[in-house]
Amino acid sequence: MLEIVLQNLDLVIFLALMVIGYTAGSIAEKRHYASIEQRERELLRLMLVNASGSYPDGRVKSAFLVSGSAVISVDYFKRFLAMLRNLFGGRVRAYESLLDRSRREAILRMKEEARAKGAVMIMNMRLETSTIGTSDTSKNGIGCVETLAYGTAVVLNPQ
Amino acid sequence: MILTNIGSVPGKKIVEHFGIVSGSTVRAKHVGRDMMAGLKNLVGGELKGYTELLQESRNEATERMVAQARMLGGNAVINIRFATSSVAQGAAELFAYGTAVRIE
Repeated sequence: MLEIVLQNLDLVIFLALMVIGYTAGSIAEKRHYASIEQRERELLRLMLVNASGSYPDGRVKSAFLVSGSAVISVDYFKRFLAMLRNLFGGRVRAYESLLDRSRREAILRMKEEARAKGAVMIMNMRLETSTIGTSDTSKNGIGCVETLAYGTAVVLNPQ
Repeated sequence: MILTNIGSVPGKKIVEHFGIVSGSTVRAKHVGRDMMAGLKNLVGGELKGYTELLQESRNEATERMVAQARMLGGNAVINIRFATSSVAQGAAELFAYGTAVRIE
Protein backbone atom coordinates (compact mmCIF):
# COMPACT_ATOMS: atom_id res chain seq x y z
CA MET A 1 0.00 0.00 0.00
CA LEU A 2 2.73 2.42 1.06
CA GLU A 3 4.72 1.49 -2.01
CA ILE A 4 1.91 2.40 -4.33
CA VAL A 5 1.53 5.75 -2.60
CA LEU A 6 5.25 6.43 -2.84
CA GLN A 7 5.35 5.43 -6.49
CA ASN A 8 2.57 7.83 -7.35
CA LEU A 9 3.63 10.62 -5.04
CA ASP A 10 3.11 13.25 -7.73
CA LEU A 11 -0.46 12.18 -8.22
CA VAL A 12 -1.11 11.99 -4.49
CA ILE A 13 0.21 15.51 -3.94
CA PHE A 14 -1.83 16.78 -6.85
CA LEU A 15 -5.02 15.22 -5.52
CA ALA A 16 -4.34 16.52 -2.02
CA LEU A 17 -3.88 20.03 -3.37
CA MET A 18 -7.11 19.69 -5.32
CA VAL A 19 -9.04 18.62 -2.23
CA ILE A 20 -7.53 21.37 -0.06
CA GLY A 21 -8.18 23.94 -2.76
CA TYR A 22 -11.76 22.83 -3.25
CA THR A 23 -12.81 22.67 0.40
CA ALA A 24 -10.96 25.72 1.72
CA GLY A 25 -11.73 27.68 -1.43
CA SER A 26 -15.45 27.10 -1.39
CA ILE A 27 -15.74 27.81 2.35
CA ALA A 28 -13.81 31.06 1.93
CA GLU A 29 -15.93 32.06 -1.04
CA LYS A 30 -19.20 31.43 0.76
CA ARG A 31 -18.04 33.48 3.74
CA HIS A 32 -16.87 36.28 1.52
CA TYR A 33 -20.19 36.41 -0.33
CA ALA A 34 -22.09 36.48 2.96
CA SER A 35 -19.99 39.43 4.17
CA ILE A 36 -20.34 41.23 0.83
CA GLU A 37 -24.12 40.89 0.86
CA GLN A 38 -24.43 42.08 4.44
CA ARG A 39 -22.26 45.15 3.86
CA GLU A 40 -24.03 45.92 0.60
CA ARG A 41 -27.32 46.10 2.47
CA GLU A 42 -25.77 48.39 5.10
CA LEU A 43 -24.37 50.75 2.50
CA LEU A 44 -27.42 50.79 0.26
CA ARG A 45 -28.38 54.27 1.38
CA LEU A 46 -25.16 55.79 0.12
CA MET A 47 -25.95 56.78 -3.45
CA LEU A 48 -23.56 55.62 -6.11
CA VAL A 49 -23.84 56.82 -9.69
CA ASN A 50 -21.48 56.70 -12.59
CA ALA A 51 -22.71 59.87 -14.20
CA SER A 52 -21.24 63.23 -13.39
CA GLY A 53 -23.81 65.85 -12.49
CA SER A 54 -23.78 69.30 -11.02
CA TYR A 55 -25.26 70.85 -7.91
CA PRO A 56 -26.82 74.28 -7.40
CA ASP A 57 -24.52 76.88 -5.79
CA GLY A 58 -24.02 76.67 -2.08
CA ARG A 59 -25.40 73.16 -1.81
CA VAL A 60 -22.09 71.31 -1.76
CA LYS A 61 -19.84 71.53 1.26
CA SER A 62 -16.90 69.59 -0.11
CA ALA A 63 -15.97 67.05 -2.75
CA PHE A 64 -13.04 64.67 -2.81
CA LEU A 65 -11.72 61.53 -4.43
CA VAL A 66 -12.42 58.17 -2.80
CA SER A 67 -11.12 54.81 -3.90
CA GLY A 68 -11.10 51.17 -2.91
CA SER A 69 -9.29 48.16 -4.25
CA ALA A 70 -9.07 44.43 -3.73
CA VAL A 71 -6.79 41.68 -5.02
CA ILE A 72 -8.51 38.31 -5.14
CA SER A 73 -7.13 35.00 -6.35
CA VAL A 74 -8.69 31.70 -7.34
CA ASP A 75 -8.02 28.42 -5.59
CA TYR A 76 -6.12 25.47 -6.99
CA PHE A 77 -9.20 23.48 -7.90
CA LYS A 78 -10.81 26.28 -9.84
CA ARG A 79 -7.61 26.99 -11.67
CA PHE A 80 -7.58 23.38 -12.79
CA LEU A 81 -11.22 23.61 -13.90
CA ALA A 82 -10.47 26.75 -15.87
CA MET A 83 -7.55 25.02 -17.53
CA LEU A 84 -9.84 22.18 -18.61
CA ARG A 85 -12.32 24.75 -19.89
CA ASN A 86 -9.60 26.09 -22.11
CA LEU A 87 -9.71 22.88 -24.11
CA PHE A 88 -13.38 23.11 -25.01
CA GLY A 89 -14.08 26.78 -24.71
CA GLY A 90 -17.27 28.24 -23.32
CA ARG A 91 -18.27 29.94 -20.14
CA VAL A 92 -15.66 29.84 -17.36
CA ARG A 93 -17.74 29.98 -14.20
CA ALA A 94 -14.70 29.58 -11.97
CA TYR A 95 -13.39 32.97 -13.03
CA GLU A 96 -16.76 34.70 -13.11
CA SER A 97 -17.11 34.54 -9.35
CA LEU A 98 -13.53 35.71 -8.92
CA LEU A 99 -14.15 38.91 -10.88
CA ASP A 100 -17.55 39.44 -9.30
CA ARG A 101 -16.10 39.20 -5.80
CA SER A 102 -13.22 41.54 -6.44
CA ARG A 103 -15.45 44.19 -8.07
CA ARG A 104 -18.03 44.15 -5.33
CA GLU A 105 -15.36 44.20 -2.64
CA ALA A 106 -13.63 47.19 -4.25
CA ILE A 107 -16.91 49.11 -4.53
CA LEU A 108 -17.71 48.35 -0.89
CA ARG A 109 -14.34 49.61 0.29
CA MET A 110 -14.78 52.81 -1.68
CA LYS A 111 -18.23 53.29 -0.15
CA GLU A 112 -16.89 52.63 3.34
CA GLU A 113 -14.24 55.30 2.87
CA ALA A 114 -16.89 57.76 1.64
CA ARG A 115 -19.18 57.01 4.57
CA ALA A 116 -16.35 57.44 7.06
CA LYS A 117 -15.79 60.93 5.65
CA GLY A 118 -19.45 61.84 5.85
CA ALA A 119 -20.37 61.80 2.17
CA VAL A 120 -23.94 61.25 0.98
CA MET A 121 -23.18 60.23 -2.57
CA ILE A 122 -20.44 59.19 -4.93
CA MET A 123 -20.43 60.55 -8.46
CA ASN A 124 -18.69 59.39 -11.60
CA MET A 125 -17.67 55.98 -10.31
CA ARG A 126 -15.10 54.22 -12.48
CA LEU A 127 -13.98 50.61 -12.29
CA GLU A 128 -10.69 49.30 -13.47
CA THR A 129 -9.51 45.70 -13.53
CA SER A 130 -5.97 44.51 -14.03
CA THR A 131 -3.95 41.38 -13.56
CA ILE A 132 -0.75 41.94 -11.67
CA GLY A 133 2.59 40.31 -12.15
CA THR A 134 1.41 37.98 -14.86
CA SER A 135 1.74 38.16 -18.57
CA ASP A 136 -0.27 36.18 -21.11
CA THR A 137 2.70 34.07 -22.05
CA SER A 138 3.72 32.88 -18.59
CA LYS A 139 2.24 29.59 -17.52
CA ASN A 140 3.04 29.71 -13.83
CA GLY A 141 1.54 33.12 -13.25
CA ILE A 142 -0.67 33.75 -10.28
CA GLY A 143 -4.33 33.72 -11.22
CA CYS A 144 -5.36 36.87 -9.45
CA VAL A 145 -7.04 40.11 -10.40
CA GLU A 146 -6.98 43.55 -8.91
CA THR A 147 -10.01 45.76 -9.14
CA LEU A 148 -9.93 49.44 -8.38
CA ALA A 149 -13.07 51.49 -7.88
CA TYR A 150 -12.86 55.26 -7.62
CA GLY A 151 -15.19 58.20 -7.70
CA THR A 152 -15.91 61.67 -6.37
CA ALA A 153 -17.62 61.72 -2.99
CA VAL A 154 -19.83 64.69 -2.20
CA VAL A 155 -20.63 66.14 1.23
CA LEU A 156 -23.70 68.40 1.26
CA ASN A 157 -24.44 71.44 3.41
CA PRO A 158 -27.32 70.96 5.84
CA GLN A 159 -30.41 72.66 4.43
CA MET B 1 -5.51 70.13 -2.56
CA ILE B 2 -8.88 68.98 -3.85
CA LEU B 3 -9.03 65.92 -6.05
CA THR B 4 -12.05 64.88 -8.11
CA ASN B 5 -12.61 62.61 -11.05
CA ILE B 6 -15.31 64.71 -12.70
CA GLY B 7 -14.79 67.71 -14.96
CA SER B 8 -15.34 70.24 -12.20
CA VAL B 9 -15.16 70.73 -8.47
CA PRO B 10 -18.76 70.67 -7.22
CA GLY B 11 -19.64 73.90 -5.45
CA LYS B 12 -16.49 75.69 -6.61
CA LYS B 13 -15.64 77.76 -9.64
CA ILE B 14 -12.60 77.04 -11.78
CA VAL B 15 -10.62 80.17 -12.58
CA GLU B 16 -7.55 78.83 -14.31
CA HIS B 17 -6.43 75.67 -16.14
CA PHE B 18 -2.85 74.42 -16.09
CA GLY B 19 -3.09 71.33 -18.31
CA ILE B 20 -2.28 67.70 -17.67
CA VAL B 21 -0.36 66.56 -14.63
CA SER B 22 0.63 62.96 -14.00
CA GLY B 23 2.50 60.73 -11.62
CA SER B 24 3.59 57.12 -11.76
CA THR B 25 5.42 54.45 -9.82
CA VAL B 26 6.71 51.05 -10.81
CA ARG B 27 6.67 48.61 -7.94
CA ALA B 28 7.83 45.06 -7.54
CA LYS B 29 6.50 42.79 -4.86
CA HIS B 30 9.03 41.45 -2.39
CA VAL B 31 9.93 37.82 -1.89
CA GLY B 32 8.26 37.36 1.48
CA ARG B 33 4.97 38.69 0.26
CA ASP B 34 5.30 36.70 -2.91
CA MET B 35 5.75 33.46 -1.02
CA MET B 36 2.78 34.19 1.19
CA ALA B 37 0.76 34.97 -1.89
CA GLY B 38 1.89 31.69 -3.41
CA LEU B 39 0.58 29.80 -0.39
CA LYS B 40 -2.64 31.80 -0.31
CA ASN B 41 -3.05 31.05 -3.96
CA LEU B 42 -3.74 27.43 -3.12
CA VAL B 43 -6.94 28.20 -1.28
CA GLY B 44 -7.92 31.36 -3.09
CA GLY B 45 -9.31 34.49 -1.51
CA GLU B 46 -7.94 37.92 -0.93
CA LEU B 47 -4.21 38.53 -1.18
CA LYS B 48 -3.94 41.25 1.46
CA GLY B 49 -0.23 41.84 0.89
CA TYR B 50 -0.87 42.75 -2.72
CA THR B 51 -3.87 44.91 -1.92
CA GLU B 52 -1.76 46.95 0.50
CA LEU B 53 1.17 47.12 -1.86
CA LEU B 54 -0.94 48.44 -4.71
CA GLN B 55 -2.73 50.90 -2.46
CA GLU B 56 0.59 52.30 -1.22
CA SER B 57 1.97 52.62 -4.72
CA ARG B 58 -1.18 54.26 -5.98
CA ASN B 59 -1.01 56.78 -3.15
CA GLU B 60 2.55 57.53 -4.13
CA ALA B 61 1.61 58.06 -7.79
CA THR B 62 -1.17 60.40 -6.66
CA GLU B 63 1.30 62.27 -4.41
CA ARG B 64 3.60 62.84 -7.36
CA MET B 65 0.74 64.10 -9.47
CA VAL B 66 -0.31 66.46 -6.68
CA ALA B 67 3.26 67.72 -6.29
CA GLN B 68 3.36 68.53 -9.99
CA ALA B 69 0.05 70.37 -9.80
CA ARG B 70 1.28 72.37 -6.82
CA MET B 71 4.42 73.31 -8.71
CA LEU B 72 2.30 74.74 -11.51
CA GLY B 73 0.34 76.81 -9.02
CA GLY B 74 -2.88 74.79 -8.98
CA ASN B 75 -4.93 74.04 -5.91
CA ALA B 76 -7.06 71.21 -7.32
CA VAL B 77 -6.79 68.33 -9.78
CA ILE B 78 -9.91 67.41 -11.74
CA ASN B 79 -10.79 64.55 -14.04
CA ILE B 80 -8.36 62.12 -12.43
CA ARG B 81 -7.93 58.73 -14.05
CA PHE B 82 -5.95 55.72 -12.84
CA ALA B 83 -4.25 53.16 -15.02
CA THR B 84 -2.39 49.97 -14.14
CA SER B 85 -0.13 47.94 -16.36
CA SER B 86 2.20 45.06 -15.67
CA VAL B 87 5.61 45.81 -17.09
CA ALA B 88 7.46 42.61 -16.29
CA GLN B 89 6.93 39.47 -14.28
CA GLY B 90 6.27 40.65 -10.74
CA ALA B 91 6.29 44.38 -11.38
CA ALA B 92 3.39 46.71 -11.98
CA GLU B 93 3.15 50.33 -13.00
CA LEU B 94 0.56 52.52 -11.33
CA PHE B 95 -0.23 55.69 -13.18
CA ALA B 96 -2.44 58.61 -12.21
CA TYR B 97 -3.23 61.62 -14.37
CA GLY B 98 -5.55 64.58 -14.32
CA THR B 99 -5.96 68.26 -15.10
CA ALA B 100 -4.49 70.80 -12.72
CA VAL B 101 -6.71 73.82 -12.09
CA ARG B 102 -7.02 76.74 -9.73
CA ILE B 103 -10.34 77.20 -8.00
CA GLU B 104 -11.71 80.16 -6.10
